[in-house]
Amino acid sequence: MALSGIQIYKVLPQTNCKECGVATCLAFAMKLAARQAELSACPYVSDEAKAMLDTAAAPPIRLITLGAGDRKLEVGNETVVYRHEKTFVHQPGLFLRLPASLSDADFAAGVDKVAGYTVERVGQMLRTDGVAIEGASADAFAARVKQAVDKGLAVILLASDPAVIEAGLAAAGNTKPLIYAGAGADSAALAPLAKKYSASLTVGAAGDLEALAAATEKAVAAGAEDLVLDPGMTGWADALALPAQLRRAAIKKNFKQLGYPIIAFPGSLSDSAEEEAMLASLLIGKYAGLIVLDRFDQAVVYSLLALRQNIYTDPQKPIQVSPGLYEIGEPEPGSPLLVTTNFSLTYFSVAGEVEGSGRKAWLLVADSEGLSVLTAWAAGKFDAEAIAKAVKTTGVAEKINHKSIVLPGAVAGLSGELEEELPGWKVLVGPRESIGIPSYLKLLASQ
Amino acid sequence: MAVPEVKEKYAGRIQEVTLGAGSRGKTVAIGGESTLPFLHFEGTVANRPAIAIEVSDREPDDWSPLLKEAWGDVMGDPAKWAAKAEELGADVIALSLDSAHPERGNTGADDARKTVRKVLEATTLPLIVYGPGQKDKDNEVLVAAAEEAKGERIAIGNAEEKNYRTIVAAALANDQVVIAKSPMDVNLAKQLNVLIGDMGIPKDRIIMDPTTGALGYGVEYSYSVMERVRLAALGGDATLQQPMVLTVGYEAWRTKEARTNDEVPQEWGDWAQRAILWEANTAITLVNTGANLLVLRHPQSVALVRKAIDRLMAGA
Ligand code: B12
Ligand code: SF4
Repeated sequence: MALSGIQIYKVLPQTNCKECGVATCLAFAMKLAARQAELSACPYVSDEAKAMLDTAAAPPIRLITLGAGDRKLEVGNETVVYRHEKTFVHQPGLFLRLPASLSDADFAAGVDKVAGYTVERVGQMLRTDGVAIEGASADAFAARVKQAVDKGLAVILLASDPAVIEAGLAAAGNTKPLIYAGAGADSAALAPLAKKYSASLTVGAAGDLEALAAATEKAVAAGAEDLVLDPGMTGWADALALPAQLRRAAIKKNFKQLGYPIIAFPGSLSDSAEEEAMLASLLIGKYAGLIVLDRFDQAVVYSLLALRQNIYTDPQKPIQVSPGLYEIGEPEPGSPLLVTTNFSLTYFSVAGEVEGSGRKAWLLVADSEGLSVLTAWAAGKFDAEAIAKAVKTTGVAEKINHKSIVLPGAVAGLSGELEEELPGWKVLVGPRESIGIPSYLKLLASQ
Repeated sequence: MAVPEVKEKYAGRIQEVTLGAGSRGKTVAIGGESTLPFLHFEGTVANRPAIAIEVSDREPDDWSPLLKEAWGDVMGDPAKWAAKAEELGADVIALSLDSAHPERGNTGADDARKTVRKVLEATTLPLIVYGPGQKDKDNEVLVAAAEEAKGERIAIGNAEEKNYRTIVAAALANDQVVIAKSPMDVNLAKQLNVLIGDMGIPKDRIIMDPTTGALGYGVEYSYSVMERVRLAALGGDATLQQPMVLTVGYEAWRTKEARTNDEVPQEWGDWAQRAILWEANTAITLVNTGANLLVLRHPQSVALVRKAIDRLMAGA
């Protein structure tokens, strides 16, 4: 819970020595409250005050890091219960569960599947995050963990025997693995190991939040800091109800004992890849921090990555591209000119189809404040005037040797007005969906 | 330290609306819940979200080949299509009088009556009847449908800001339910509910459609608009307490992911699995934020969504 400037002032030295660079302790306190200063700028705060301020400033859901390098994954640190209140910030990690007992070839194939999966959507590269490796003997486990870490993946260590866990931790090096010893495990006993290897640690309690809070308290007392919660979901209704309660306790009640990201295993509550995907979708929508899948079908993974991207977009700021003139495939003066809006989804749908067609084109992106074609049209931000303005400001007329422009089919009704705004131009109406663009361009070229 | 109480006490409750009466062998109640989706620990989830299967009175020419494969011949005949949809687990038949569209057949009131009659006879389920989405034709065929199905308590739609009067009047005169559709905005939804309510139609005969986008195509906007609608309703705002219907099938099946497998990235995976999941995951995401009635297209996503809802209701 955020403290006010006055509350902070009360625990400062109140000597106004100015060493923090601010005229008074009160002014410094105000800056701290507004998050415009760092507490470390004051050399005289007592340890006690520091501890108090740190706790108060800590996010309601602890930020947990898994993995290292460019696949570093951060989860937690969420500040709202409902997405529209601000935004959800840290996308849940997607993992594939792999038994260490798989043959070398099968295990390697599993790791490659996860490490090799990337797909572009709306200009962003989407990918899965890592693997959850299920225990075997210490040696075999260490070898498997190393295999995954060498591919750059984040790892979750699914093992209950401390010796096996330690072998895995050692093999993971400094890649911040997560220990998962099973829902019923005594996590406090594993706290020293987690600390030694800077790993995070899962704390579980089957469906009982009181027990879960007690267990996190015990683990923290034993020295663990980075915790992940397994609230023990036994069915789909639980998979919604338990995370909802945890999220509310952490955010609305600032209850630190439950202020950690949640891990979920939708596969164990599902009979097929499709069902697992649907439960994972529910968990992406509401409150999971880490999702461990049992099946890795590309179609499943793609749909989950798309959903995760959607839900974790800032509702106040649609993903946009800059307005302007884009060249697709080194267009020539005679290449067709198409116009669209600067909502990323719209732009990439259209640009993708033009590219896919293998043809060259000029793509004029009008400034629609990040809205899709029809939304912008309905909001008066993609009308004849806006399009004419884009034509003029980009100077496209000097780059092409014709005067025709293709409108999205959805706004065919604009063609008359646009012809008035752009005297001498010919306005063509393209297909309604971008999927029709390749055949439309083919038709244009043949004319 | 004891875990703090996190149960919410809501002042409001979602209105219950029942579809089907008269010759319908089955009626379907939706809405009635007093909490957010499936939070059985703090309120009652009076009715499970229901599934309508979309049936068109005209063989669709722009549907994905996967849908054509799944339904086969019945697509040319709305009565057979509806009967098959009932067999495959629909709770409601959503009949679209698409052939009335001026560019898709321009059929009129008489044809609409005949189609509605045929479909009523072919199935025991309650109906939704949609017009072609063109103002004048909507008025024409939806009035005819409401009259023809008098006593059957069907839902007619869409009543939108620009044309709600005639449609609401028809629902009122023939004891039908009306679907109030607004473009993704809490205030517009509220305003339309108020306008429609002012015409004197009782609250247990209005369903709202806040509009959705498919997974990857705006579903996050619906997620948040629907959640805001639902929180306001539970908070006591009586103008937003209508149950919500979403045309998931229509949205999901016009995405590229569902429609085609030509030159798509290999990472998109198996086409049929992807397309069905596109519909099922859109549906379940909306169920997660308050959908009470889903209009779907593919038999397999219907089966998946039904089973998911069974599982979510199991905690009740
Ligand atoms: C998400 C959404 C919103 C979001 C905005 C998202 C965004 N960043 O744009 C929010 C919630 C903010 C919103 C608001 C509004 N919306 Co809105 N919204 C939608 C929704 C659900 C999806 C839009 C979308 O993202 N489509 C996906 C993109 C990729 O589509 P697209 O840009 O059209 O591009 C496709 C094609 O046009 C084509 N294409 C694009 N460019 C080009 C170029 C060429 C040359 C060619 C050939 C093809 C082509 O390719 C693309 C892929 O096929 C639609 C309904 C629906 N289900 O479609 C309503 C919809 C567009 N909205 C509508 C309305 C009315 C509004 C509001 C005015 C209502 C209000 N709330 O006040 C506001 C306006 C915004 C404002 N006041 O600022 C109406 C428009 C009605 C109409 N037919 O005119 C719609 C259709 C809903 C409806 N059925 O009533 N909306
Ligand atoms: S350095 Fe510390 S004690 Fe000195 S003025 Fe700043 S806040 Fe006060």
